[in-house]
Amino acid sequence: MSGSAFAIDVTGVTKRFGDKTVVNAIDLRVQRGEIYGFLGPNGSGKTTFIRMLCGLLTPDAGTGTCLGYDVRTQQADIKRHVGYMTQKFSYYEDLSIRENLDFIARLYAVSDRRAAVQRSLERLGLVNRSHQLAGELSGGWKQRLALAACLIHSPQLLLLDEPTAGVDPKARREFWDELHRLAADGITVLITTHYMDEAERCHRLAYLAYGNLLAHGTLADVLANGRLTTWTVTGPELSALAATLRGRAGVEQVVAFGTTLHVSGRDAAQLDAAVAAVRSPRHEWKKTRSSLEDVFISLMDQAKDNFA
Amino acid sequence: MRRFTFHRLWAMVLKEFIQMKRDRLTFGMMVGIPLMQLVLFGFAINSDPKHLPTALRIADHGPFARTLVAALRTSGYFNLVTEAATEAEARRLLRLGDVQFVINIPEGFSRQLLRGERPTLLIEADATDPAATGPALSAIRAIADHVLDRDLVGPLARLRAKPGPIDFQIHAHYNPENITHYNVVPGLLGVVLTMTMVVITALAITRERERGTMENLLATPVRPFEVMLGKIIPYIIVGYIQLTLILLAARVLFDVPMVGSLALVYAVSLPFIAANLAMGITFSTLAKNQLQAVQMAFFFFLPSILLSGFMFPFRGMPEWAQWVGSILPNTHFLRIVRGILLKGNGLAEIAPELWPLLAFLVVAMAVGVKRYRQTLD
Repeated sequence: MSGSAFAIDVTGVTKRFGDKTVVNAIDLRVQRGEIYGFLGPNGSGKTTFIRMLCGLLTPDAGTGTCLGYDVRTQQADIKRHVGYMTQKFSYYEDLSIRENLDFIARLYAVSDRRAAVQRSLERLGLVNRSHQLAGELSGGWKQRLALAACLIHSPQLLLLDEPTAGVDPKARREFWDELHRLAADGITVLITTHYMDEAERCHRLAYLAYGNLLAHGTLADVLANGRLTTWTVTGPELSALAATLRGRAGVEQVVAFGTTLHVSGRDAAQLDAAVAAVRSPRHEWKKTRSSLEDVFISLMDQAKDNFA
Repeated sequence: MRRFTFHRLWAMVLKEFIQMKRDRLTFGMMVGIPLMQLVLFGFAINSDPKHLPTALRIADHGPFARTLVAALRTSGYFNLVTEAATEAEARRLLRLGDVQFVINIPEGFSRQLLRGERPTLLIEADATDPAATGPALSAIRAIADHVLDRDLVGPLARLRAKPGPIDFQIHAHYNPENITHYNVVPGLLGVVLTMTMVVITALAITRERERGTMENLLATPVRPFEVMLGKIIPYIIVGYIQLTLILLAARVLFDVPMVGSLALVYAVSLPFIAANLAMGITFSTLAKNQLQAVQMAFFFFLPSILLSGFMFPFRGMPEWAQWVGSILPNTHFLRIVRGILLKGNGLAEIAPELWPLLAFLVVAMAVGVKRYRQTLD
């Protein structure tokens, strides 16, 4: 293994299925011990990209390393040091929690298997349920089992594909606490998600749409590079106001959040002009920091214009 | 670490056994199917049917007619259930399927016989199913030739049937009493194994893909060959359990002779079971879901029953069908098993049937492994 500071270091990674380019020349560097969030609409190529990183798919173009191993030629080595959690629960529902963990530990030839299984049961609070069949577990417990299983061989990199989809907020928060503990131990985590609150808990983010990497960096970087101006409005008859705002030059998004309206656009001058035109004392107008979601939706709209 | 390792194979085998243990229905099927087929085929199928319902239309009540009727009854083939008064009624009974045969003894039968005029006896048969009428009709010829010998004495002796110019001597080897299940029960070995082995492996691998567990397996260091072998080994053991069940039943329930070496039967079963498992794996690489896997297995199973010589005589089939039959492993396995059990064949005698079986195994395995590898990327 090379002493590189990067757990993932790839350039120009491309994958095509037929004549469809699913992942288009992506460059990505992820530092060791970092939690890296991968966001993007459904079908944006996140899963395909992860599958290339963990040796399930071979890239059609591009080069790079994962944990210092070549992603094209050293897939067997990568598999031994990476823990991959699939989008869909993919352990055996007709096996108990302990049997599932034991099976995975055997496949990785984990030394002192019994102790390793016991440790991971304890770490994720599964001891009391260890004899329960995986098929009988609820979503949150299944997710814990999956995390325990992909940690059993002490991987240096975790690739988590939408691990928290359909999991309740409390279980999600505990899951993220666990991820931060793992990161503190030096494990690198690459995680895909659709939740903005989760995105904000990542050290770094990347936004992927239609196979292209549209933005990446820390939360602050991504927000700054979004160059989005956002106003919030409160007051009466917001839906009528929204209707008059939509379609005006400079207004790109009008989104209702309960009793407030978020109005955003990339061209600050044009947006301010549009706001000035409809502004009245009945409403309270305030300029605010754009949210991550506003930025991402704006990025996606641009991407649609460029690639559709 | 590209090499095959035993601990990963063992992990797969163990997991497969746990799943088998949990899946009561499939496990029940694996034991239940051989038993059910044994009972159905062994007890229910008979290629030499007897006691067939027969109607009599007698217009002559002389002694010869009475002797004839008595002889028909004692032959065991004819069950004289009714008398038909008229020709129309006889036809009606045949049409309704109430009787298989109508035997007409014409008026003046005894008189004509005594005069040496060779009276005609009309036998009408419902011959829609040739297998049902064939044996009875050949029996009736044998009866007619000699039944009256005891009555034709003294001056009547000249009316007795004269022996033909040639005398036949028939030695029906291996199954002289023509007992159907001596042939069927050993044949069931091949049929049951084909049925369960192909379906079960096809399902076992398709299920992994359908439930998404395959993706997980592929992301671990386990090699494709280890996955395949890990799936095959437990089912080879299941196959041997089925084999043992059927052989036991053949001995205890059906009293099938076992002239040859049972060890040889067990030995040649290995390539046969493996060939079917390889076929199942090939199907699983083609099938998108478990339903398709079962349907494909059915496509293989039907010719294996119909064209292998299990149900119908192989040599009675047209040449193209024999060609198809010769490809199927079951065809050769049936001949091998019947050869060993009934004829006492040894390795030298079964060798000509063994190599096509091995050839099928090699081809099916190669296709299975190749297709399985292609599904990775």
